[in-house]
Amino acid sequence: MTIRSRIKNFSSWLRKIFKKKNARIGIYGPPNAGKTTLANRLIRDWSGDVMGAVSEIPHETRRARKREGVKLDANGVEVSLDIVDTPGLATKIDFHDFMNFGLDEEEAKRRSKEATEGVIDAIKWLNDLDGVLLVMDSTLDPFTQVNVVVVGNMEARNLPLLIVANKTDLPNSSPARIKSAFPQHPVVSISALEGKNVDKLYEAIAKHFG
Amino acid sequence: MINVQEVRMDIVSKTRLSSMTAMEKIRLILDSVHTGKIIVLEWGLTPEEEAKLIEVTMSEITHDDFIGIEIESYPYQHKNVGLIGKLLGKSGSQPRLTVIGPANQLKTIKKDNDFMSAIVSSNLFE
Repeated sequence: MTIRSRIKNFSSWLRKIFKKKNARIGIYGPPNAGKTTLANRLIRDWSGDVMGAVSEIPHETRRARKREGVKLDANGVEVSLDIVDTPGLATKIDFHDFMNFGLDEEEAKRRSKEATEGVIDAIKWLNDLDGVLLVMDSTLDPFTQVNVVVVGNMEARNLPLLIVANKTDLPNSSPARIKSAFPQHPVVSISALEGKNVDKLYEAIAKHFG
Repeated sequence: MINVQEVRMDIVSKTRLSSMTAMEKIRLILDSVHTGKIIVLEWGLTPEEEAKLIEVTMSEITHDDFIGIEIESYPYQHKNVGLIGKLLGKSGSQPRLTVIGPANQLKTIKKDNDFMSAIVSSNLFE
């Protein structure tokens, strides 16, 4: 662990001790897990705005976006959040995958290059956060390396992590599979698209990041 | 007649890995993967090293020759380091066996807490 990480770790503990109700949280997860849909839902519900565009094409978000001072109030607990919506994490990016969505080769290569830069951007942000919302698509196997890496990095930094089992509106979703895979962390099941159960998520955010 | 194509696999011991810096491990992994090898680490990377590996991998992706890596490890084991250990920045996350290969040659089929299954090929997607 680097000296910078240790200082960050210690300042996080101090913040917890003195109950500072302002937290910078990153929204992480693999591509197409619904990170920006969740960011939009969160920001719209608490500040009346949106974060960015969403798309079925992976890596729609290719630069981290930050919204500061989003005030959230759940069960009488108010917390001020700086929300960082990060690009989807991946260990591989193949421009052919974008061509499968109808993009021409030149556009697919450009998007692929930007996506690699987006992943680097997301990883750099890990050093500058107070906690993470890790968004998983609950219709998919949660044991991906991206999920393991994010969970491991939060544990190594002793920072709070809240797992969001998203897409419960889909018939084959299985939040139980996510809970079973990461039993050491709180899991909240939601549909960011439909707003289902988001109140529970806001309560959990206030509890864990407040 | 069956045409057998060979894939080279390097297995690196915990002893050797423990004497290497993070960047030395990352270079060892990526230099191996770039030449089509599968590399098995007896003692995997720390979470921070793994994040750095992904970061460096992204910077080396090219459109035609290298699309990235497939990396598979069991989830980290947890060890209680206590309050003082946490304040000192000690991590309770213990790395475990890790398999890494070129994304177009190594494909994971199934993985859970204590089991991994993968297909290794010399030219998986050709």
